[in-house]
Amino acid sequence: MQDVMGVINLSEDEAALRDLAKYRPVAAIPIAGRYRIIDFILSNMVNVGIQNVSIFTQGKSRSIIEHLGHGKAWDLDRKMDGLFVFNPYSNPKESTIHKGDIKNFVDQLEYIKYSRQKYVFLSRSYMICNLDLKAVYKFHKDSGADITMLYKHVKGEKDKYLNCDTLNMKEEKVVSIGRNIGKVEEFNVFMEMCILKKSLFIEIIENCISKGDAVYLKEAIYQQVSKLNVNGFAFDGYLGCINSIENFSRVNMELLDVEISKELFNKNGYIYTNVKDEPPTKYSESASVTNSMVANGCIIEGTVERCIISRGVKIGKNAVVKDCIIMNKCVIEDGASLQYVILDKNIEISSDTALRGAAKKPMVINKNQKI
Amino acid sequence: MSREKKEIIAMLLAGGQGSRLNKLTEKIAKPAVPFGGKYRIIDFTLSNCSNSGINTIGVLTQYRPLELNKHIGMGSPWDLDRKDGGVTILAPFMSADGGRWYKGTANAIYENFHFIEQYNPEYVLILSGDHIYKMDYSQMLDYHKEKQAEATIAVIRVPWEETNKFGIMNVDNKSRITEFDEKPRVAKSNLASMGVYIFNWKVLKKYLIEDEMDKNSHHDFGKNIIPNMLRDGIPLYSYLFTGYWKDVGEVRSLWESNMDLLKEDNTLDLYDRNWRIYSNNPANPPHYISSTGKVKSSLLNEGCIIHGEVNNCVLFPGVVVGQNSVVADSVIMPGVKIGDNTCIKRCIIMSNVSVPSNTVLEGKENDEIILVNQ
Repeated sequence: MQDVMGVINLSEDEAALRDLAKYRPVAAIPIAGRYRIIDFILSNMVNVGIQNVSIFTQGKSRSIIEHLGHGKAWDLDRKMDGLFVFNPYSNPKESTIHKGDIKNFVDQLEYIKYSRQKYVFLSRSYMICNLDLKAVYKFHKDSGADITMLYKHVKGEKDKYLNCDTLNMKEEKVVSIGRNIGKVEEFNVFMEMCILKKSLFIEIIENCISKGDAVYLKEAIYQQVSKLNVNGFAFDGYLGCINSIENFSRVNMELLDVEISKELFNKNGYIYTNVKDEPPTKYSESASVTNSMVANGCIIEGTVERCIISRGVKIGKNAVVKDCIIMNKCVIEDGASLQYVILDKNIEISSDTALRGAAKKPMVINKNQKI
Repeated sequence: MSREKKEIIAMLLAGGQGSRLNKLTEKIAKPAVPFGGKYRIIDFTLSNCSNSGINTIGVLTQYRPLELNKHIGMGSPWDLDRKDGGVTILAPFMSADGGRWYKGTANAIYENFHFIEQYNPEYVLILSGDHIYKMDYSQMLDYHKEKQAEATIAVIRVPWEETNKFGIMNVDNKSRITEFDEKPRVAKSNLASMGVYIFNWKVLKKYLIEDEMDKNSHHDFGKNIIPNMLRDGIPLYSYLFTGYWKDVGEVRSLWESNMDLLKEDNTLDLYDRNWRIYSNNPANPPHYISSTGKVKSSLLNEGCIIHGEVNNCVLFPGVVVGQNSVVADSVIMPGVKIGDNTCIKRCIIMSNVSVPSNTVLEGKENDEIILVNQ
């Protein structure tokens, strides 16, 4: 896999993630107690030996840069290749930022051209899975296709992949691209991942500029479906899709199923993240915790049911927390009660406060607040 | 090659076999023994150095160094991967006039003379990798300078009935050491040496050379170097440390110090963000407690999956406890899998052991702790 470079495009739709994506890109949203969304695709790449990974941001990149650092946690602090983060350039004369994301790739065309690899694996961050990229690479090479797109065939899960693009297939060929607007029960959800030759990738970008018929990389690639030989690769593992608050909550809760979390965290390699050197989590005599996932560095004295508790959280005596996602360093004081709530980072809930969302519409509290 | 001069460098003695830990140290050196749910014993001293601003450390290894070497690596978990200095593993080596094992603590330092000299330090901090404590060595150094001492020895008050297990310092009212009693039958003070020394390198150098010449010497700091310095009337001071300190030299004390972490009034605060204990972090997801799981008064780590009951335990990463199993008053090391309907009490279960379903392992009250290694 030395021959493949990874490109992660963070120009993702943030609207339905509302406050969670207010100060950070989708890729940097904390998930599953100790990870950020980008960790999954990044780990999938390094687990098969991809050593050249570039991340194209959309600005708003502080949290992602802080999280990635030099890429040490993913073994991407390399002399040769390694991790690259590219922010969009703005034009100082007009101080405008271009519409779309294609300009970002054009600006970095030099990096793409001079990379040693022959293939590009292109992805977003918001679809999370534990993927064997070696199989994808082999499939692509054996099939002789120009582009191979990854999809999962799903049935009866239209809410889970609402507003995702879908692939219409004829045997292995992709014939057109549609969208799941919740009307059809069975479809092939596009994972927004594909593999293609680097030379073709460059050609697509350059064509796009000379013709001016697409401002998004995605559009430019979709245009190829009718022109080139585009194949689909069927993935059949667990696929989480984080494109709305509801789906964010759904994916977190699905991880309370041991079989799902075993697959997602171990199947084809580990998922790596930035380490924080948190001590073990301490449970007191009064703690009562069931059906929950708890990260390190917490002190738990209250009752917790069906929750995801991130690193460094404190839950006081007689506090009751149910069906919640609690992010880093939150403090829930004695006697507080929460249900169906998502607490962003660093929130203090004072004693005896009660907050309650609905099962289908969890309440989201913005970070760094005292309530 | 000339190097930047360092004011102080640390020499960490990590060669101990720790034979009283019996099966625990069959394959690893004592400083590499797991402790406290995610650490190894040596992490405490290494983190203390890093947090005290000491960034040049020689780690002297000898016995079974493989795991220890792998654990320390190039020191990045402790921020000790430095351009100049950082952590260096110092194993016994061959030279033109032969090679040998380290004969004692003082000899180990003597053999690595050239390592210390290249940094040309004012002070040398001698540490041992077998103790659990959090200490700011920079404060001890300030004290050492203020007292204009040639050597300063950190001491801790121990219960009078245990004085016969320690090296005891007798001091005058200005904390100057007047006498040193190694494991005395009748002690005159209860100030025990913690095995933490700051020496002025010039003076230590002289005594190490003299000691090396002495054929009858044990080449030991406690038995030879300190008594020789006292004999010559050199100013040696004691530095009183008042926090948590434990020598985990036996299976029982290792178990006890793990259990200390579960006490409400525990003085070894692992949660202090300004004095983190660093270690290698495995890539495990958060731990999971299922709908049948029950956890009370325990420390849990990432990667654990709990279907049974865990009470008053320290669990390392990746421990699995099956349905209807009860685990109490125990230390369960990394990767241990405990089956269903199993009862475990007062045990230390070593890394990666599988305990089959329907097993009963119960240590009786006041008896020895059961050590399970297979």
